[in-house]
Amino acid sequence: MSGTMTLDELADNFSLFDDWEDRYRYIIDLGKKMTPLPDSAKVQANKVEGCISQVWLTSQIEGTGAQAVLTFQADSDAHIVRGLLAILLILFSGKTAQQIAAIDADHELAKLDLDQHISPNRRNGVASVVRVIQGTARRLLAA
Amino acid sequence: MGIAVSDSLRSDLATTVFDVEAVRRDFPILTSQVHGKRLAYLDSGASAQKPLAVLDAMRNAYEHEYANVHRGAYWLSETATQNYEAARSKVRAFINAADDCEVIFTRGATEAINLVAQTYARSLLKPGDEIIISALEHHSNIVPWQMVRDDKGLVLKVVPITDDGRFDMEAFEALLTDRTRLVAIAHVSNVLGTVLPVAEIAAKAHAAGAIVLVDGCQGIVHRPVDVQALGCDFYAFSGHKLYGPTGIGILWGREALLDRMPPWMGGGDMISSVTFEASEWAALPAKFEAGTPAIVQAIGLGAAVDYVRSINHAAALEHEEALLAYAIDGMQAIDGLTLHGTAPGKSGIIAFSMSYAHPHDIATVLDRAGVAIRAGHHCCQPLMDRCGVPAMARASFGVYTNKDDIDQLLKALHTVQTLFA
Repeated sequence: MSGTMTLDELADNFSLFDDWEDRYRYIIDLGKKMTPLPDSAKVQANKVEGCISQVWLTSQIEGTGAQAVLTFQADSDAHIVRGLLAILLILFSGKTAQQIAAIDADHELAKLDLDQHISPNRRNGVASVVRVIQGTARRLLAA
Repeated sequence: MGIAVSDSLRSDLATTVFDVEAVRRDFPILTSQVHGKRLAYLDSGASAQKPLAVLDAMRNAYEHEYANVHRGAYWLSETATQNYEAARSKVRAFINAADDCEVIFTRGATEAINLVAQTYARSLLKPGDEIIISALEHHSNIVPWQMVRDDKGLVLKVVPITDDGRFDMEAFEALLTDRTRLVAIAHVSNVLGTVLPVAEIAAKAHAAGAIVLVDGCQGIVHRPVDVQALGCDFYAFSGHKLYGPTGIGILWGREALLDRMPPWMGGGDMISSVTFEASEWAALPAKFEAGTPAIVQAIGLGAAVDYVRSINHAAALEHEEALLAYAIDGMQAIDGLTLHGTAPGKSGIIAFSMSYAHPHDIATVLDRAGVAIRAGHHCCQPLMDRCGVPAMARASFGVYTNKDDIDQLLKALHTVQTLFA
């Protein structure tokens, strides 16, 4: 995963595919390029409850309050979910608590036309990840 | 087939042959497209689609014959009551119960099993009494027994399954003791498709002095059910898997047992008299149907039973078995695909995994190809543990499943292979 890619750039790349198979291949590829979580981090405490696949999320916080920078790592046992997690990290990781809390995830992710998979209203692991990430940021803001 | 058949027999065969395309026309939803693709609905094990006959019966009930049941001394209420009770009679005949009063309407199979756990087991079992279930049970046939076990100090034992997914009869016999009071098993596994030898299990349980509850959610759909022939004491199933509506299910129980069981929920319709000091319970089945029931859902279930009975069951079963063999053949040819549950005579439920893709991946890609399957633990976490996987993908058939559905499934599985392998 390119550390400098933004979600808008990702959306541009996505718009090049008119075939859903290519789109999935790209998502799967994003997942494969993402740094995997070590097995030691794949523990219950890091698990984000989902319905079908297993999802783990860890966060690193540098600084305090609104300007704290949050770095996330995530993993899943399902390939497509791992790719979607890579997309969420592009959207959220390496930003300040203030920035993260202000992101309209629905609006941003809609640019990718992947709504059926990662809309926060969906009851699945990926949607839960958005809630956990923004929850972490909001707690820092409130502190 | 090389066998001489008389003309009259040949014409009999022609009228009873199973025409799956005609069946499909009864289910409006099957003409839907998803993601621009033909819908191949292979998740009937989770919930079946509904034929027009069910939709029409429910609409007619609401439009023309709706009022509360068992209450009003007026035409509409009497008509609704008649229709509601007629649905009960249809179910009674369908499963060959001895009397309408043995057929209890519940919200679903889950409520039916909980009812037995919370009345029979809670009131009539004593600390140290034993309940036996099997390793392939749905959570609905595990958790209710655990809850009453913990409250009452009961013992819960589990019959293992063989590697191909069969009920281990020898192990079962070894688990039976003079403290065994109840055996609760599935008729057909919702994951592996295994058909359990219920009659044999019931005979052995009875010989040990235990009664038998059968979780018939899949059995009622895939096998003819005659509760007398099965020899069980309770049979529970949901309406929505039998092409009927959600929110309605059946607990069938032997009258003598139901009579001994105290009511579970109190309220209207389940009493014969109430004072502030005490109440008297109504007779069966009202004793177990407190409150306004799911009237129109019951009528819908009755229509579903009529619909299923209008189909030649033997021919439909033959069709299902041919499709199952065809699907299994095609799936076995896919590298890295493992089938879970290969018991002889299994029903049209195929659980599988692929070495290079998670069930979630499989289901997501299949969805894009218009194929609806289930992925996950199927409410059978202990069974997943037994099979050594966290989750499985599952394709399950309904009476409307045809060869095109299977071809679409196989094609999409090849796409999964090209994407992930």
